Amino acid sequence: MAKNIAVIGDNESIKGFSAVGLDIYPCDTPEEASGLLRRLGDSDNYAVIFLTEEVFDLTEKERSRYEERLTPAIIPIPGVKCNSGAGIKRLSSFVEKAVGSDIIFND
Amino acid sequence: MAIMNVNPTRMMLSKLKKQLVTAVRGHKMLKDKRDELMRQFLELIKETRELREKIEKELSASNDHFVNASAVMSKQALDASLMSPKQQIMLEVDSHNVMSVEIPKFSSVARTNDKGDIFPYGFAFTSFELDDAVMSLEKLLPDMIRLAEIEKSCELMSAEIEKTRRRVNSLEHVMIPRYQETIKYIAMKLEENDRSSRTRLMKVKDMLLDKAHNYSANN
Repeated sequence: MAKNIAVIGDNESIKGFSAVGLDIYPCDTPEEASGLLRRLGDSDNYAVIFLTEEVFDLTEKERSRYEERLTPAIIPIPGVKCNSGAGIKRLSSFVEKAVGSDIIFND
Repeated sequence: MAIMNVNPTRMMLSKLKKQLVTAVRGHKMLKDKRDELMRQFLELIKETRELREKIEKELSASNDHFVNASAVMSKQALDASLMSPKQQIMLEVDSHNVMSVEIPKFSSVARTNDKGDIFPYGFAFTSFELDDAVMSLEKLLPDMIRLAEIEKSCELMSAEIEKTRRRVNSLEHVMIPRYQETIKYIAMKLEENDRSSRTRLMKVKDMLLDKAHNYSANN
């Protein structure tokens, strides 16, 4: 079944993605972001949901619901404002979970 | 190590021995599964890391283009030019099985094949910075889809590795020693019973001999 790709974040960071064919969902408040993520995640229309790192940090509870599922894949991307390193931190947490201690990102 | 609360009977002994064999075999297989998953996971996480670093760098470059574009164009004009996109990306979701972990595989299908369709605006009233920004995003998109695919795989695999590791450890350090201890306990208990009944029989035989023939084994 064909699914789409969504991007959630502040308007500035994500408006370009609409041109290349992704669905954009601008949001400004944390509540809005959590609601959006929940709605998009449950709708099952999206295979991938990109979040700006800002939104990513704010929606930990909602994200955990989709951790075990094949789709949607929820992936953080840097926004205009800052690059908080949330993406790399996430990878490092995977290594920690699998190996027991972070052997790859601790340099 | 605590032994199990079981009756020390021969039946229980053979049952436990069978269970021990199963546990040992399961332990070996789970250990192999963990090792193979770990190998694949480490390969994948290295690729993910490289791809993510590349994407983060290029995305921030493309964001810079957007900032420049919004500096030379009015906000309304910029929003209006991106308002009605022509292109739409669809993903076919497939999954394949790596050591009992279902990992996703995405293949993207664009609505139109025309390369120009990523520009939903006329070029007359927009800045070239906007073109650059959109073009760099377009170039980045396949990588981003690949990143989503492998990052999700890493997430699913790390959860499975953790589970498998716990199972291996509990078998290795709890279940198997417990079976071994219990088997040893039952074996010893049975031997002890054996010995005690043998001495009792010998004693009874002595007593019977004594009674029948006034014959004592001692003299």
